[in-house]
Amino acid sequence: MQHLRMPETSVIGLILSADPALVGIVRLSLFVSLTAAACAALIGVPFGALLALTRFPGRQAIVVVLNALMGLPPVVAGLAIYLLLSRSGPLGSLGLLFTPQAMIIVQTVLVVPIVAALARQTIEDLWIEYRDELAAMNVGPLGRIATLIRDARLSLVTALLAGFGRATAEVGAVMIVGGNIDGFTRTMTTAIALETSKGDLPLAMSLGLVLIALVIIVNALAWSVRRLDERLAG
Amino acid sequence: MRDVVSDIPIRFEQVRLLVRGVTILDNVSITLAAGATTVLIGPNGAGKSTLLRLAMGLARPTGGRITWGGRSDVPPQRRAIVFQRPTMLRRSAAANVSYALAAAGCARVTRPEQVADLLGLVGLRDLARRPARRLSGGEQQRLALARALANDPDVLFLDEPTASLDPAATKAIEDLIRTIAARGIKLVMATHDLGEARRLATEIVLMHRGRIVEHTDAAQFFSAPQTAEAAMFTAGELLV
Repeated sequence: MQHLRMPETSVIGLILSADPALVGIVRLSLFVSLTAAACAALIGVPFGALLALTRFPGRQAIVVVLNALMGLPPVVAGLAIYLLLSRSGPLGSLGLLFTPQAMIIVQTVLVVPIVAALARQTIEDLWIEYRDELAAMNVGPLGRIATLIRDARLSLVTALLAGFGRATAEVGAVMIVGGNIDGFTRTMTTAIALETSKGDLPLAMSLGLVLIALVIIVNALAWSVRRLDERLAG
Repeated sequence: MRDVVSDIPIRFEQVRLLVRGVTILDNVSITLAAGATTVLIGPNGAGKSTLLRLAMGLARPTGGRITWGGRSDVPPQRRAIVFQRPTMLRRSAAANVSYALAAAGCARVTRPEQVADLLGLVGLRDLARRPARRLSGGEQQRLALARALANDPDVLFLDEPTASLDPAATKAIEDLIRTIAARGIKLVMATHDLGEARRLATEIVLMHRGRIVEHTDAAQFFSAPQTAEAAMFTAGELLV
């Protein structure tokens, strides 16, 4: 028990003194996950909208697979991207393995299904409500998509926050494709895994606290956005 | 730019509509001509709303032909509809009207003035900034009317515009309907409220089980109904 008492003071100390190693890790984590969430928004929202507004054979199957992919195990995504980016893989020549870019790619893969599936659901529900009115106002296909995305925007932001939350909390995928290289591809989650196994509990615990704080902030933001949505939309 | 041809008259020629094998409209032929306020009456499920949707161009008939001013397949640029339960866009009252104006191709610079005019017409100018979904039922109906007038239609379809409204809200809507009719906009309105039909109609179309039973001048319909169904309906008996 002796060595467990020690960390408490040093944990707070590490956070308050903005320890450079800790700050670097937090900054990289945020950079990777925010970029991944942004990429996922650019891919997921239009894809979800398209899926919501079109009818074609096999659409139901795509919706089911997309919903299932929301629970895609990060290590499996990591393995798939690892195989793609490894030296002998199809994209090996790009030399992206064990770089932050690789981590952004793998987290985008993890977040796209969340954003696309939630966007599909949100936009489809709104479309059912709006369909007749927009048809009566003679609004064309592009105008319809723009209107639906605009009026569903706050729900879409909530979906993005959910995706960002998943990306920051995930460890398996970034570990495999990033390699947990000190000062280069070490994120909060991979650092916690490493420092815990090394026995450096103060750093692991301070990163854990930062991560939990971040998750709470993201959820508080999502909650506020939902409240705002209810106030504005009525 | 708009062409000068009107969507009026709207002509149904032996129109049939089947949905999953069920006949919704059966051999309907009718001409909706300029001027008169046409009121479609009949029990629920008679096909009134369906006839309005077809006349608006929101659905296609299974058989027969519909023409607008002699042309077929005319997009709803000069027609407007207020649904029985209109959907308010998730925006302010003013933004709802502004959206409809934009959809009708109205220039951005003139929109604020037209929004104010239309909201003034329906008596909602004070609630312009209120989220549309927060308005009361009667206010939403009036906003839907303002939105429907945004494309300066030749014809306005109204589907049970006062169903589930209290007498005061009903009166406000009916007064508004008279104002709109006085502007020379052709009105086609569905209702199952005989009193309302009496107050607003210049001609009556009685529908029953997907067919047009009687199509006559309103005064004649109420004083000397031609068919047994019309006699029953005007006598206040249940037509089932």
